[in-house]
Amino acid sequence: MRWIWIDKFIEFESGRRAQAIKNVSLAEEHLHDHFPGAPMMPNSLIIEGLAQTGGLLVGEHNRFEEKVILAKISKAVFHFPAVPGDTLRYTTVIDAITDGGATVTATAHVGERLQAEAEIMFAHLDDTNRAKTLFEPKNFVFTMKLLGVFDVGRGSDGDKLAEPPGLAQFRSEAGPGQ
Amino acid sequence: MPSKEEIYDKIKHALVEALGVDEDEVTPEATLVGDLGAESIDFLDIVFRLEKAFDIKVPRGELFPEDILTNTEYVRDGKVTPEGLKQLRERMPFADLDAFSSNPNVKDFGNMLTVQDMCRYVEGKVGVAG
Repeated sequence: MRWIWIDKFIEFESGRRAQAIKNVSLAEEHLHDHFPGAPMMPNSLIIEGLAQTGGLLVGEHNRFEEKVILAKISKAVFHFPAVPGDTLRYTTVIDAITDGGATVTATAHVGERLQAEAEIMFAHLDDTNRAKTLFEPKNFVFTMKLLGVFDVGRGSDGDKLAEPPGLAQFRSEAGPGQ
Repeated sequence: MPSKEEIYDKIKHALVEALGVDEDEVTPEATLVGDLGAESIDFLDIVFRLEKAFDIKVPRGELFPEDILTNTEYVRDGKVTPEGLKQLRERMPFADLDAFSSNPNVKDFGNMLTVQDMCRYVEGKVGVAG
């Protein structure tokens, strides 16, 4: 299973904000255990989806040259459970971004209803060998392409987002359909 | 320019938010690691909050000089060398390093920085009224 907890970006404004959606479906196996007879999307995975939406926004800002990791959830409030059939809309806005990392404010909505609010902090990993082994930035780029971010992405100047260097080569290595 | 009290109150608020501690736990003498339970990742959080609250820039390593403490040139056998201590004093004029200097174990360093040190650091950055 790929650890991807967003289905698609619907808005991506470089360095500022990003929106992604996640469709909650009974075809997802984990919902049958959480909970039997009362399926609901685990809030921990909603946090993961918010962090992926925000993490790619932060990573793209630095052209994926920094290794972005989820460092801390300063705040998380959930107002009601998301259930099969719901479409979660994740919105993340960058509050601050520095050499050391970034903070984003994140919300999840079902329709117009506010489902979750969170503050998420990311750290940039040092460029050590250990960090390089743990995390390959090209994986992130690959995920971004998969989620259609470059189809909807806009740079801070309003122009269409350019693909990061090396992406075309990576796609050809990854094979057709990627 | 803010007063000392205004600076202290804002720092207190930042620490309560970043560390999840009660307001009455934050005192000028409280150490960030020992008394307030800050972990390394919290320092990045605290820096973000200070930058926002005071509209300042906190360059990496200025408030928490991890680059000196992980540099083999300045650390031998788990202790900061005299040259390393000199670097720390230059970097951190806002902190009282006398007690640490007498037995400069790197692992004790994190337990040295107090809320008051942080206030002095911000006062040096933004200036103080009165």
